[in-house]
Amino acid sequence: MSVLDEAFGDSTLPRANGEVTFDAPWQGRALAMAVSLVDHLDLEWDAFRRHLISAIESEPDRAYWDSFAAALDAFVAQHV
Amino acid sequence: MSHDHHPRPTTAVEQRVAALEALLTEKGLVDPVVLDQIIDHYEHEVGPMNGAKVVARAWVDPAYRQRLLDDGTAAIGELGFGGPEGDHMVVVENTAEVHNLVVCTLCSCYPWPVLGLPPTWYKSAPYRSRAVREPRALLNELGTPIPDEVEIRVWDSSAEVRYLVLPRRPAGTEALDEDELVGLVTRDSMIGVAVL
Repeated sequence: MSVLDEAFGDSTLPRANGEVTFDAPWQGRALAMAVSLVDHLDLEWDAFRRHLISAIESEPDRAYWDSFAAALDAFVAQHV
Repeated sequence: MSHDHHPRPTTAVEQRVAALEALLTEKGLVDPVVLDQIIDHYEHEVGPMNGAKVVARAWVDPAYRQRLLDDGTAAIGELGFGGPEGDHMVVVENTAEVHNLVVCTLCSCYPWPVLGLPPTWYKSAPYRSRAVREPRALLNELGTPIPDEVEIRVWDSSAEVRYLVLPRRPAGTEALDEDELVGLVTRDSMIGVAVL
Protein backbone atom coordinates (compact mmCIF):
# COMPACT_ATOMS: atom_id res chain seq x y z
CA MET A 1 0.00 0.00 0.00
CA SER A 2 1.46 3.35 -0.99
CA VAL A 3 1.69 6.20 1.44
CA LEU A 4 -1.04 7.95 -0.51
CA ASP A 5 -3.39 5.00 -0.26
CA GLU A 6 -2.65 4.77 3.40
CA ALA A 7 -3.32 8.48 3.84
CA PHE A 8 -6.44 8.79 1.78
CA GLY A 9 -7.76 5.32 1.10
CA ASP A 10 -9.85 5.24 -2.00
CA SER A 11 -11.31 8.67 -1.34
CA THR A 12 -10.91 11.40 -3.87
CA LEU A 13 -7.48 12.88 -3.92
CA PRO A 14 -7.42 16.60 -3.26
CA ARG A 15 -6.85 17.71 -6.80
CA ALA A 16 -10.08 19.08 -8.18
CA ASN A 17 -13.32 20.74 -7.33
CA GLY A 18 -16.49 18.81 -6.98
CA GLU A 19 -17.20 15.80 -4.84
CA VAL A 20 -20.29 14.09 -3.54
CA THR A 21 -21.02 15.80 -0.26
CA PHE A 22 -22.46 12.81 1.58
CA ASP A 23 -21.68 9.13 1.15
CA ALA A 24 -25.14 8.15 2.41
CA PRO A 25 -28.38 10.05 3.10
CA TRP A 26 -28.21 9.56 6.88
CA GLN A 27 -25.05 11.67 6.98
CA GLY A 28 -26.98 14.60 5.54
CA ARG A 29 -29.80 14.02 8.03
CA ALA A 30 -27.31 13.98 10.92
CA LEU A 31 -25.67 17.20 9.76
CA ALA A 32 -29.00 18.92 9.20
CA MET A 33 -30.21 17.86 12.65
CA ALA A 34 -27.10 19.29 14.28
CA VAL A 35 -27.41 22.59 12.40
CA SER A 36 -31.13 22.79 13.07
CA LEU A 37 -30.86 21.95 16.78
CA VAL A 38 -28.06 24.45 17.40
CA ASP A 39 -30.25 27.08 15.78
CA HIS A 40 -33.43 26.01 17.57
CA LEU A 41 -31.73 25.96 20.97
CA ASP A 42 -30.11 29.33 20.26
CA LEU A 43 -26.61 27.95 20.83
CA GLU A 44 -23.32 28.61 19.10
CA TRP A 45 -22.02 25.98 16.67
CA ASP A 46 -19.14 25.50 19.09
CA ALA A 47 -21.55 23.80 21.50
CA PHE A 48 -21.85 20.98 18.98
CA ARG A 49 -18.25 21.14 17.90
CA ARG A 50 -17.04 20.33 21.41
CA HIS A 51 -18.89 17.02 21.23
CA LEU A 52 -17.48 16.36 17.77
CA ILE A 53 -13.94 16.90 19.03
CA SER A 54 -14.55 14.50 21.93
CA ALA A 55 -16.11 11.88 19.66
CA ILE A 56 -13.18 11.97 17.21
CA GLU A 57 -10.66 12.02 20.03
CA SER A 58 -12.20 9.00 21.76
CA GLU A 59 -12.06 6.84 18.61
CA PRO A 60 -9.58 8.38 16.17
CA ASP A 61 -9.88 5.54 13.66
CA ARG A 62 -13.67 5.65 13.43
CA ALA A 63 -15.15 7.03 10.20
CA TYR A 64 -15.82 10.78 10.35
CA TRP A 65 -19.60 10.57 9.96
CA ASP A 66 -19.85 7.80 12.55
CA SER A 67 -18.11 10.11 14.98
CA PHE A 68 -20.44 12.88 13.88
CA ALA A 69 -23.44 10.70 14.72
CA ALA A 70 -21.94 9.83 18.11
CA ALA A 71 -21.41 13.55 18.75
CA LEU A 72 -25.03 14.22 17.84
CA ASP A 73 -26.15 11.61 20.37
CA ALA A 74 -24.06 13.22 23.08
CA PHE A 75 -25.22 16.71 22.09
CA VAL A 76 -28.86 15.66 22.29
CA ALA A 77 -28.27 13.96 25.64
CA GLN A 78 -26.83 17.19 27.01
CA HIS A 79 -29.22 19.74 25.60
CA VAL A 80 -32.55 18.02 24.96
CA MET B 1 -38.35 5.22 -5.43
CA SER B 2 -37.18 3.38 -8.51
CA HIS B 3 -33.90 2.26 -6.99
CA ASP B 4 -35.42 0.35 -4.13
CA HIS B 5 -35.73 -3.02 -5.84
CA HIS B 6 -32.76 -4.32 -3.92
CA PRO B 7 -32.66 -2.39 -0.67
CA ARG B 8 -29.49 -2.90 1.29
CA PRO B 9 -29.74 -3.59 5.01
CA THR B 10 -29.60 -0.48 7.14
CA THR B 11 -26.59 -0.03 9.36
CA ALA B 12 -26.72 0.52 13.11
CA VAL B 13 -25.69 4.16 12.81
CA GLU B 14 -28.27 4.74 10.11
CA GLN B 15 -30.99 3.34 12.38
CA ARG B 16 -29.76 5.44 15.30
CA VAL B 17 -29.87 8.64 13.27
CA ALA B 18 -33.34 7.79 11.97
CA ALA B 19 -34.56 7.08 15.50
CA LEU B 20 -33.09 10.36 16.67
CA GLU B 21 -34.85 12.25 13.91
CA ALA B 22 -38.17 10.60 14.84
CA LEU B 23 -37.68 11.49 18.50
CA LEU B 24 -36.67 15.09 17.85
CA THR B 25 -39.50 15.54 15.37
CA GLU B 26 -42.01 14.24 17.91
CA LYS B 27 -40.67 16.69 20.48
CA GLY B 28 -41.02 19.49 17.94
CA LEU B 29 -37.30 20.23 18.01
CA VAL B 30 -36.65 19.55 14.36
CA ASP B 31 -38.84 19.64 11.29
CA PRO B 32 -38.11 17.08 8.54
CA VAL B 33 -38.99 19.65 5.87
CA VAL B 34 -36.47 22.08 7.32
CA LEU B 35 -33.88 19.28 7.44
CA ASP B 36 -34.47 18.68 3.72
CA GLN B 37 -33.90 22.38 3.07
CA ILE B 38 -30.67 22.41 5.07
CA ILE B 39 -29.35 19.36 3.19
CA ASP B 40 -30.29 20.90 -0.13
CA HIS B 41 -28.56 24.12 0.88
CA TYR B 42 -25.28 22.38 1.66
CA GLU B 43 -25.43 20.08 -1.33
CA HIS B 44 -26.37 22.64 -3.92
CA GLU B 45 -25.99 26.21 -2.74
CA VAL B 46 -22.82 26.50 -0.73
CA GLY B 47 -19.55 25.21 -2.02
CA PRO B 48 -16.14 26.17 -3.28
CA MET B 49 -17.73 28.49 -5.85
CA ASN B 50 -18.42 30.99 -3.06
CA GLY B 51 -14.77 30.97 -2.04
CA ALA B 52 -13.71 31.29 -5.67
CA LYS B 53 -15.77 34.47 -5.95
CA VAL B 54 -14.05 35.89 -2.87
CA VAL B 55 -10.62 35.07 -4.29
CA ALA B 56 -11.35 36.49 -7.75
CA ARG B 57 -12.67 39.71 -6.22
CA ALA B 58 -9.50 40.04 -4.15
CA TRP B 59 -7.39 39.57 -7.28
CA VAL B 60 -9.08 42.37 -9.22
CA ASP B 61 -9.85 44.80 -6.40
CA PRO B 62 -6.86 45.76 -4.21
CA ALA B 63 -9.06 47.59 -1.68
CA TYR B 64 -11.23 44.47 -1.27
CA ARG B 65 -8.10 42.33 -0.93
CA GLN B 66 -6.93 44.54 1.91
CA ARG B 67 -10.31 44.39 3.64
CA LEU B 68 -10.30 40.61 3.21
CA LEU B 69 -6.91 40.27 4.86
CA ASP B 70 -7.85 42.75 7.62
CA ASP B 71 -11.25 41.23 8.48
CA GLY B 72 -12.09 38.07 6.58
CA THR B 73 -15.54 37.60 8.08
CA ALA B 74 -16.71 41.10 7.17
CA ALA B 75 -15.23 41.08 3.66
CA ILE B 76 -16.69 37.66 2.89
CA GLY B 77 -19.99 38.90 4.29
CA GLU B 78 -19.89 41.75 1.76
CA LEU B 79 -20.42 39.12 -0.93
CA GLY B 80 -23.33 37.65 1.02
CA PHE B 81 -21.60 34.60 2.47
CA GLY B 82 -21.81 33.68 6.15
CA GLY B 83 -23.41 31.32 8.65
CA PRO B 84 -22.34 28.32 10.74
CA GLU B 85 -18.59 27.66 10.64
CA GLY B 86 -18.05 31.06 9.06
CA ASP B 87 -18.22 33.32 12.09
CA HIS B 88 -14.51 33.98 12.47
CA MET B 89 -12.85 33.82 9.09
CA VAL B 90 -9.18 34.61 8.66
CA VAL B 91 -7.77 34.82 5.15
CA VAL B 92 -4.09 34.02 4.68
CA GLU B 93 -2.35 35.09 1.50
CA ASN B 94 0.11 33.05 -0.50
CA THR B 95 3.10 35.03 -1.75
CA ALA B 96 6.42 34.30 -3.45
CA GLU B 97 7.88 33.70 0.01
CA VAL B 98 5.05 31.98 1.89
CA HIS B 99 2.71 29.09 1.14
CA ASN B 100 -0.24 28.53 3.48
CA LEU B 101 -1.87 25.22 4.33
CA VAL B 102 -5.08 24.75 6.31
CA VAL B 103 -5.94 21.81 8.55
CA CYS B 104 -8.07 21.11 11.59
CA THR B 105 -6.25 18.64 13.77
CA LEU B 106 -9.09 18.20 16.26
CA CYS B 107 -12.32 17.86 14.35
CA SER B 108 -12.05 18.80 10.69
CA CYS B 109 -13.39 22.34 11.10
CA TYR B 110 -13.86 23.87 7.71
CA PRO B 111 -15.17 27.19 6.40
CA TRP B 112 -18.55 25.95 5.13
CA PRO B 113 -19.89 29.25 3.80
CA VAL B 114 -17.02 29.65 1.35
CA LEU B 115 -15.93 26.07 0.66
CA GLY B 116 -19.01 23.96 1.35
CA LEU B 117 -18.56 20.78 3.35
CA PRO B 118 -15.12 19.26 3.74
CA PRO B 119 -13.92 16.54 1.35
CA THR B 120 -13.28 13.06 2.68
CA TRP B 121 -9.50 13.33 2.74
CA TYR B 122 -9.61 16.55 4.77
CA LYS B 123 -11.32 14.62 7.57
CA SER B 124 -8.87 11.71 7.48
CA ALA B 125 -6.54 11.14 10.42
CA PRO B 126 -3.43 10.96 8.17
CA TYR B 127 -4.12 14.38 6.63
CA ARG B 128 -4.86 15.93 10.01
CA SER B 129 -1.62 14.68 11.52
CA ARG B 130 0.75 14.89 8.56
CA ALA B 131 -0.26 18.42 7.54
CA VAL B 132 1.20 19.58 10.84
CA ARG B 133 4.09 17.13 11.17
CA GLU B 134 5.48 17.09 7.64
CA PRO B 135 3.56 19.52 5.42
CA ARG B 136 6.28 19.75 2.76
CA ALA B 137 6.42 15.99 2.26
CA LEU B 138 2.62 15.75 2.24
CA LEU B 139 2.27 18.51 -0.33
CA ASN B 140 4.94 16.90 -2.46
CA GLU B 141 3.02 13.62 -2.48
CA LEU B 142 -0.14 15.48 -3.42
CA GLY B 143 1.58 16.84 -6.51
CA THR B 144 2.21 20.27 -5.04
CA PRO B 145 5.95 20.51 -4.47
CA ILE B 146 6.83 23.73 -2.65
CA PRO B 147 10.36 25.04 -3.31
CA ASP B 148 12.68 24.84 -0.30
CA GLU B 149 13.10 28.61 -0.16
CA VAL B 150 9.34 29.08 0.29
CA GLU B 151 8.17 28.96 3.88
CA ILE B 152 5.15 26.74 4.59
CA ARG B 153 2.78 28.02 7.24
CA VAL B 154 0.25 25.57 8.61
CA TRP B 155 -2.95 27.00 10.06
CA ASP B 156 -4.71 24.73 12.51
CA SER B 157 -8.40 25.61 12.80
CA SER B 158 -8.56 24.26 16.32
CA ALA B 159 -9.29 27.68 17.80
CA GLU B 160 -12.47 29.61 17.06
CA VAL B 161 -11.10 30.53 13.68
CA ARG B 162 -11.67 29.15 10.17
CA TYR B 163 -8.97 29.81 7.61
CA LEU B 164 -9.15 30.40 3.89
CA VAL B 165 -6.08 30.55 1.69
CA LEU B 166 -5.90 33.38 -0.84
CA PRO B 167 -3.95 31.67 -3.65
CA ARG B 168 -1.60 33.58 -5.94
CA ARG B 169 -3.14 34.74 -9.18
CA PRO B 170 -1.72 32.63 -12.02
CA ALA B 171 0.65 34.38 -14.42
CA GLY B 172 -0.77 35.26 -17.81
CA THR B 173 -4.29 35.96 -16.53
CA GLU B 174 -4.06 39.77 -16.73
CA ALA B 175 -6.60 39.91 -19.55
CA LEU B 176 -9.25 37.87 -17.73
CA ASP B 177 -12.15 39.58 -16.00
CA GLU B 178 -13.48 38.71 -12.55
CA ASP B 179 -16.03 36.14 -13.74
CA GLU B 180 -13.43 34.35 -15.82
CA LEU B 181 -11.01 34.32 -12.91
CA VAL B 182 -13.63 32.65 -10.68
CA GLY B 183 -13.44 29.62 -12.94
CA LEU B 184 -9.72 29.22 -12.29
CA VAL B 185 -9.94 28.98 -8.52
CA THR B 186 -10.12 25.44 -7.15
CA ARG B 187 -11.26 24.28 -3.75
CA ASP B 188 -7.88 22.72 -3.08
CA SER B 189 -6.02 25.95 -3.77
CA MET B 190 -8.10 27.60 -1.05
CA ILE B 191 -7.13 24.87 1.42
CA GLY B 192 -3.52 25.15 0.31
CA VAL B 193 -3.02 21.61 -0.97
CA ALA B 194 -2.75 22.90 -4.54
CA VAL B 195 -1.40 25.96 -6.30
CA LEU B 196 -2.90 27.54 -9.40
